Amino acid sequence: MTTMTEAIRSPGANSVKALDLEQVRADFPVLRREVYGRPLVYLDTAASAQKPRQVIDAMTSIMEESYANVHRGVHRLSQESTDLFEGARERAARLLNAESSDEIVFTRGATEAINLVAFCCGEGLLQAGDEVIITALEHHSNIVPWQMLRDRKGIVLKVVPMLDDGSLDLEAYRKLLSERTRMVATTHISNSLGTITPVKKMIAEAKAQGDILVLVDGCQAVPHCQVDVRDLGADFYTFSAHKLYGPSGIGVLYGRKELLNSLPPYQGGGEMISSVTMEKSSFKAAPHRFEAGTPAIVEAAGLAAAIDYVQTLDYDAIQAHEQGLLSYATTQLSQIDGLRIFGTAPEKAAIVSFTLESAHPHDIGTILDRAGVAVRAGHHCAQPVMDRFEVAATVRASFGLYNTEAEVDALVAALHKVKELFG
Amino acid sequence: MLDELRELYQEVILDHGKNPRNFRHPDDANRSAHGYNPMCGDTLFIYLTLDEEGVITDCAFKGKGCAISLASASLMTQTLKGLTEQQARALFERFHWLCTHDEPPEEDAVELDPEALERLEVLSGVRDFPVRVKCATLAWHTMTAALDGQQEVSTE
Repeated sequence: MTTMTEAIRSPGANSVKALDLEQVRADFPVLRREVYGRPLVYLDTAASAQKPRQVIDAMTSIMEESYANVHRGVHRLSQESTDLFEGARERAARLLNAESSDEIVFTRGATEAINLVAFCCGEGLLQAGDEVIITALEHHSNIVPWQMLRDRKGIVLKVVPMLDDGSLDLEAYRKLLSERTRMVATTHISNSLGTITPVKKMIAEAKAQGDILVLVDGCQAVPHCQVDVRDLGADFYTFSAHKLYGPSGIGVLYGRKELLNSLPPYQGGGEMISSVTMEKSSFKAAPHRFEAGTPAIVEAAGLAAAIDYVQTLDYDAIQAHEQGLLSYATTQLSQIDGLRIFGTAPEKAAIVSFTLESAHPHDIGTILDRAGVAVRAGHHCAQPVMDRFEVAATVRASFGLYNTEAEVDALVAALHKVKELFG
Repeated sequence: MLDELRELYQEVILDHGKNPRNFRHPDDANRSAHGYNPMCGDTLFIYLTLDEEGVITDCAFKGKGCAISLASASLMTQTLKGLTEQQARALFERFHWLCTHDEPPEEDAVELDPEALERLEVLSGVRDFPVRVKCATLAWHTMTAALDGQQEVSTE
């Protein structure tokens, strides 16, 4: 077993501020608990991340001290809640280096954000016969909304294939770009394999081809690296708070301001209108045009605290730590007989998807669980990725800023138990 | 920890999981259905051959899945031969009880073959692993779908 301080070792550790891993772990109350009498080893952060005390406190505090509906009251609490809510929007704008907080739309999560873009672009910008390019790496949430739009509006859906190592076939991507292409929707980091896609390059190539909009699903990227939407050149960028150590129920959609304002509304209701008569309504400008109804106010306060939390820790330190874990886990797991890792692209985030020859991922998941090790076993909402590798499921160990090399060792030890049972 | 897991993964289960019995598609099957567990991607095809009296004369399966779902399907095919449709459904009811309850049921609606029950008892360990009950019952849900003339069944 390695100690926590050893676990900080990572490439470039001399040049970047290292994480104080003991302090970080102390920030996450759940990491103190036991599962079946064993210390919890949480390796399912790609599905949803655990929450630090700072996020929990921010959410409790708004409910205990400042809670009221936002943008409505003249009373003090409503003003305080509105300030906290809009403060979260400003933080999200700064996090992504958006030009203004008007470019930040709050949604229920990235899934709703992609549905919003597909729906609103489908109503406003895309015509039958227009082509939308997605990739073979997508999560179901960046596949199904486009299929629904195809069935509703007659757009044509094209898919960038992947190579055997789980990276995108960029040559095929270039060939798919044509004068009929109107939209490219791609993941920034694959949730099932960990592949980091060259989004900046892909966006540049799309823009060189013509008037093509690009949406980036950044769910797995924002928790792990600094994202600059203007540097990337993205038209839309989305992430969910719950994967960024924030609460579930709120997500962020970045969209270029003039683009958002050119789109029709998503849902109708309160908050998104400027005036309503029984005959007709007029709508607010973005972002409020896309936020019908009372929003996730408490969750926004949690998201703001989560953004502060990762930024205080420093992205370079987080990335160095996680890359260290990835390389340690890859080395340790590769030594297990019969273990096959899926996704070996040169640019990867701290996600390791694998199978064992002798046992099915679901059986592995159960055995690891009894050892206190939480992993995802299944298709990771990315069935086309599984089909590409001709497996029904894999085991996925995904790492967050609080994981340690000792936890990788616990995973490896538990996998040896699987082999003891299954041979 | 391994002791608990051995309760679930008994030798019989590991054996049937690795070498499933009646793993074939009989030519004369006259009822079949496809069962699917969307949570884990397990997929099973169950084939039944019923004679004119409605007695199951053959039961077989094909598919992919975890040790629990394959072993359960394999054991099921071994217990259904010679049963009437009604007996097969009653056996599933009892098997489902076995997978979800510690105590035996008060009374079975139909008299069940004690030997079949004993054979299935080996899967009762899933009751301590609630998320795995669907794995153990997928084959049985699919079998009843085949009896009902349904082509597809999903555990969701």
